[in-house]
Amino acid sequence: MNAHFEYILRIGDDSLILGQRLGEWCGHGPILEEDIAMTNISLDLIGQATSLLNHAGALEGEGRDGDKLAFLRYERDFKNIVLVELPNGDFGMTMMRQFLFDAFRKPFYEALQKSTDLQLSAIAEKSLKETKYHLKHSSEWVIRLGDGTEESHNRIQESLDILWRYANELFFMDEVDQQMIEKGIGIDLNTIKVIWDVNVKAVLEEATLTIPTNNWKFEGGRKGLHSEHLGYILADMQYIQRAYPNMEW
Amino acid sequence: MSNREWPLWEVFIRSKQGLNHKHVGSLRAADAEMAVENARDVYTRRSEGISIWVVESKDIYASDPSDADSMFEPSDTKIYRHPTFYDVPDGISHM
Repeated sequence: MNAHFEYILRIGDDSLILGQRLGEWCGHGPILEEDIAMTNISLDLIGQATSLLNHAGALEGEGRDGDKLAFLRYERDFKNIVLVELPNGDFGMTMMRQFLFDAFRKPFYEALQKSTDLQLSAIAEKSLKETKYHLKHSSEWVIRLGDGTEESHNRIQESLDILWRYANELFFMDEVDQQMIEKGIGIDLNTIKVIWDVNVKAVLEEATLTIPTNNWKFEGGRKGLHSEHLGYILADMQYIQRAYPNMEW
Repeated sequence: MSNREWPLWEVFIRSKQGLNHKHVGSLRAADAEMAVENARDVYTRRSEGISIWVVESKDIYASDPSDADSMFEPSDTKIYRHPTFYDVPDGISHM
């Protein structure tokens, strides 16, 4: 197993699937400005996925580029965490999911800038600027919806209760990570978790939200074991390329 | 008046080479922080600028268009208000 390829694939798949989910908001945003904001974020993530998956394909050395990886793999070969494939739900659910993800990605990309994989560190440096904005945007919404009306507070608290079980997968590590850490390519996610805990706690407190105490933790995405949702996402995303092979815009 | 819309904000953007903020449009937002973020998302997608000002529309006091003739036409016929109306006398080198 090519650990370097696997490592980049995981990061790329997280960006790709979350980008795809956010794209579903296009034309359906609660207001015009948020419709544009969410689709902007979607495009940022798909851009990151393009760079990451192209890099992964080159590392694999079997002639697969980013496009082939995105449009021709099946569910079990996707290595994204399950958090990013969950349904968008209402606007608050989408913002909470985004917040939990962004709060991870900011310190993660910050640390990745020191990776000995120079291509990866360059992608991290560029993506960090986008991520800082994503985090600001999602944090502000979590605060406003949490510390908002009774209805917005209850709804986003419910979203937090659901999503919290999937957040731990952000910090999942196995032998792939171990190998990457040893080579100076990857990072120890435990150090990221420390930062994430502090930031998330601060924002949720300002949002007057309660951190769930449900300790059941979901795992499996990194091994290709996904929820039923991924199948539908891929059907949407891959349909055209599979129906018209080698089709280009 | 039942108003369930967020307040309206006017957006001004200064471009990279510019000295002044230009009015580019308006948007609705719940508060100033959101207004700046929305302006960034809606009005700087194509690198239109590097600085954003947002002002609540209600804070802008504008001249009444129906007063335009008395406000602005009189100065059209007062050419002596322009420096080019005056001849600089010979012998004065730095004016």
